[in-house]
Amino acid sequence: MKYVDEFRDAATVQALAERIAQSATRNWTLMEVCGGQTHAIVKHGLDRLLPPSLTLIHGPGCPVCVTPQHVIDQALSLAQRPEVIFCSFGDMLRVPGSHTDLQSIKAQGGDVRMVYSPVDAVTLARQNPGREVVFFAVGFETTAPATALAARQARALNLDNFSLLVAHVCVPPALQALLSTPDNRMQGLLAAGHVCAVMGYWEYQPIVESFHVPIVVTGFEPVDILRGVLACVEELERGEATVVNAYARAVTREGNVPAQQLLKEVFEPVDLAWRGLGTIPLSGLGLAPSYRRFDAAERFETAGLVSSESALCRSGEVLTGRLDPRQCPAFGKECTPDTPLGATMVSSEGACAAYYRYRHGQ
Amino acid sequence: MCLALPGQILSIDHDDDPLTRKGRIQFGGVVKEASLACVPEAGIGDYVIVHAGFAISRLDEEEAEATLREFAALSRLQDDKSAGADLHAPRPKGGVHG
Repeated sequence: MKYVDEFRDAATVQALAERIAQSATRNWTLMEVCGGQTHAIVKHGLDRLLPPSLTLIHGPGCPVCVTPQHVIDQALSLAQRPEVIFCSFGDMLRVPGSHTDLQSIKAQGGDVRMVYSPVDAVTLARQNPGREVVFFAVGFETTAPATALAARQARALNLDNFSLLVAHVCVPPALQALLSTPDNRMQGLLAAGHVCAVMGYWEYQPIVESFHVPIVVTGFEPVDILRGVLACVEELERGEATVVNAYARAVTREGNVPAQQLLKEVFEPVDLAWRGLGTIPLSGLGLAPSYRRFDAAERFETAGLVSSESALCRSGEVLTGRLDPRQCPAFGKECTPDTPLGATMVSSEGACAAYYRYRHGQ
Repeated sequence: MCLALPGQILSIDHDDDPLTRKGRIQFGGVVKEASLACVPEAGIGDYVIVHAGFAISRLDEEEAEATLREFAALSRLQDDKSAGADLHAPRPKGGVHG
C-alpha cells in the first residue's frame, strides 16, 4: 500500500536503530503517548532494537482504556434498553463494566451494533424511526470530528431518535497532568501523530516551555516511530526541549482547521475523570448547548448505577506508565483477553493487550 | 482507535455540500467510502488519511517523498559506516524496555 509499505522498510528501520544507538550517550526515558504506537512498538519489536540506555514507557493514549468505569456502566445500561440500538466502535465490545460487557448484552438479545463510523449511526437512525439510536462516542481529538459531523448531520436532518453518549478526551491536558505528577519519569514525549493531524502541534508549545520536555510529533509505522525516537533523543542529547514534527506528511503546525471549527461548533471543553489520572480540568469534550438535545446522558435516566472495578486490575498504573503490564500479578493469570479484568487487556490500543498478544509466553 | 490509513480518492460525491461531501477511497486493494467534509482542498487522485470513515488530513506527497529521500540517505550513510571498522562488531543487545 502506497505511503504505508515504504514506512515499514526493514533496512530503514535498521539504519534508524543504528543511528539512535550512536546518538544516545546517556540513559533516557521516553513515553509514546498513543496506544496505537505501543502496539506497533511491541508488535514489530522496535523496543528490542533500541540500546539499553533507552527506555520506552507506554502512555495513556487508549481512549477506551481511560474511559472511567461509571461511563462504561452507563453505556451498558443504555445498551440493555429494549428501545435502543446501541452503536459502538468494535474496540469497546469486550471492555468489562461492573457486571457485564457489550458483547454479552448482544449475546443476550440486546441490539448492539458495531459501526465503522459515527455517521453510520446517523444512517441507522434514519432507517429505524421507531427506535432510539445511541452512539457511544469514545476517542481522542482524532475521532471527535467524525462524531461532530454525525451530530451536525443529525441536526440538519432534525432526527429526534439519535443521541450520543460522549466520552471524548483531549491529549494536552492529560500530558500536563502526567508531567505534573511527582513520580514522573518521562524525559521526552512522542506525541500521537493522528491527534496532531487534526489539532496541529501549536498546543504543545506551552507544555515544552513549562516542563522542558521535548515533544516529537510521531507517526505509526515502524520507520515513523524510530524517526520520532531519534528526533527525541537528539533533542535530549543537545539539552533542548522543542516541539519537533517527525510526521510532516500528515501533520502541519496549525492542523486541520475545518475539523477544529467543527469541534468548536459541536463541543465545549468539560472537566473529565480519566481512569488512572483522576479528574483533569477541561480535558474532555461535552456537547455544546445547541447540541445538547442529542445528549444520551440527558435523554435517558441512568442515575443510581453503582460501579465497581476489579481489585486486582492495575490498569490505572499501566495507563500512566508506572507499571509494565508484565509486572502486574494478574497479567496472563486472572487477566487474559478471554477473561479481562480491565480495558487495557482487550482494547486494540491497550498496553496489556499488546504484551499478551505479541510477547506472552516468550 | 487512532488508527488511520492513507488512501487515494477515486471519486467524490456531494462536492457542493460541505456537510455530506464524501469520496470513494482506495486502500491497497480495498475501496471504502469516507467523509471528505474537512479536507475541502483534497481532489480526485489525492491521498487522504482516513480514520473512522472520516478524512482527517490530506497527505502531503512532497513531504512524504522528502522523508523517503532522507531515509535513503541515512541508509547509505549507515551502510558506509558498517562497511568500515566495526562490520562484525556485536550489535548492542536490546533488552525489553517496558
